Amino acid sequence: MATAFYLMRRLALLVASLIASSALVFFLLRLLPGDLAQARLGIYGTPEALNQLREEYGLDRPLTTQYFSWLSNAIRGDLGSSILTGADITSELLSKATVTLPLIGIASLLAVIFAVPLGMLAALRRRKWDGIAVSTVSQLGIAVPTFWIGVIFVTMFAVQTQAFPPGGFPFGGWADFGGAVKSLVLPACTLAFAQGAVLMRFARSATIDVIQQDYFRTARATGLSRAGALRVHGIRNAMVPVVSVLGIQISTLIVGAIIVESVFALPGIGQMLLQDVSVRDYTKVQGTVAFITALVFAVSFSVDLLLGVLNPRLRNQ
Amino acid sequence: MKQRNSTLVIGASLVGFSIAVFLLSFFWTPYDPLEINPELSLTRPSAAHWLGTDENGRDILSNIIVGSRATLVVAMVSVMICMLLGVSIGVATAMSPKWVESPAVFGVDILLALPTVLLAIVLTAVYGPSTSTAVVAIGLALSAPVAQVTRREVKSILLADYVTAAKTSGSGSLRIVRKHILPNLRASLFVQASGASAIAILAEATLSYLGFGTPPPDPSWGRMMASLQQYLIVAPIFPLWPGLAIVITVLGFNLLGDGLREALDPTLRRQTD
Repeated sequence: MATAFYLMRRLALLVASLIASSALVFFLLRLLPGDLAQARLGIYGTPEALNQLREEYGLDRPLTTQYFSWLSNAIRGDLGSSILTGADITSELLSKATVTLPLIGIASLLAVIFAVPLGMLAALRRRKWDGIAVSTVSQLGIAVPTFWIGVIFVTMFAVQTQAFPPGGFPFGGWADFGGAVKSLVLPACTLAFAQGAVLMRFARSATIDVIQQDYFRTARATGLSRAGALRVHGIRNAMVPVVSVLGIQISTLIVGAIIVESVFALPGIGQMLLQDVSVRDYTKVQGTVAFITALVFAVSFSVDLLLGVLNPRLRNQ
Repeated sequence: MKQRNSTLVIGASLVGFSIAVFLLSFFWTPYDPLEINPELSLTRPSAAHWLGTDENGRDILSNIIVGSRATLVVAMVSVMICMLLGVSIGVATAMSPKWVESPAVFGVDILLALPTVLLAIVLTAVYGPSTSTAVVAIGLALSAPVAQVTRREVKSILLADYVTAAKTSGSGSLRIVRKHILPNLRASLFVQASGASAIAILAEATLSYLGFGTPPPDPSWGRMMASLQQYLIVAPIFPLWPGLAIVITVLGFNLLGDGLREALDPTLRRQTD
């Protein structure tokens, strides 16, 4: 019963968050100086044409009415069309997502696979040379800007050895499966390196916290080795902060994807967003930011559910 | 006892070095950072130009020295904003009754879902690229994770037996915050502040790399990287210099935070094996 209530409450919060954040972005963007219709038509903006366009996009109605009509369409999966080109935003987002989502997915998988065990190792052996080496690499990894890693990877594996393409994506997309995978390798490694370094640091400090708990000392006193005690008592406890960091990281992961797409000229959502901001395509920026926040909220919702499973006490608060 | 604080010493030295470079930028640079010399375009490092020159023949070292201003000012101010906001919101929401806590957590969640750089880009689009837009955007965006982590930690401290004991023996909320919560949070606050400084510096660099940061002509490390990257094939090591400046500064703040954590957290100090 408590669990069902917890789920319902979280779900209601998810929906409310989506509405509030999209409203925030909508009104922020509409504070922008300039007339949207004028921006689209430029010198062809005769009064009749301007009025017709304003009517077509509903720009002549009050802002709140515009927002609610945008919202009701967005709920049905229709994010409207670009104010500059008239292209359908939802279909464009979905086609760009075929680059961005695999990039994020592969990068997070790589980051978790490498970072969590290495972070635990660094905690257990933090006075030994290998533990110190792992922490040093993680420290360096956090300090290095994502675009810098990207540039180094390009220099090493694309310019010097030409093992991977320095950027771009096959014209046919995933139809050219090998080519698509190959062009995602360097970007995904770049993103995974940046994310993994942060994750490793949290896994290390979470494990150190567990090692210092009384129950861990008791487990050790019953004769378990440090690794054994960690396996039996530590991992679940250490995972609570690590998982919550993963939830927070999804938003930095998306920013990372924007940067990586810009370094590697990948035709994904991030690159599209940057272009739309520079040409001030407000309807597309609105749609893209709404899509990104929806993605982040969905992940953060799943993380909260997972945290509830890992630490039942959190459910009853 | 001695070797343990090497983290603190290295971190403090790196941060001290960055601050020294920042102060130096107001008195002296090898060359005028904005002086254009077309005949010196992309020259290799030499005795005259230690790190070489950029595509317009400007001295890279001078630009890195002056570029520290944009980075350090943005980082310091935005971290002050995010710690003040984040910790107050985190502690207050964790201890508030439900009807205050839920809307506050809701607000923090919305802010969290908008990534720092994304929020900054939207704000920049509205208010134009400037140092103060970057400071406000980074400070606001970073206060959300600080508030969330702080709230979660306070929540778990509140579950501890010693808090229950304090409550039963009649301690008020303020006393519990002062006696139990803040001392237990202190180590985490230093780690968070160090992490926030690092993220703020990286966010500033990223914004200027993407063209949304401190506007030209003021040099900034991110923008230098973006322009030098275009000449990667002709001059491969050049984009490394501004990146290295970022790495040294961020690493310094991270190590300083870790060193302080070890120095201040008594449980970590006991733990020497």
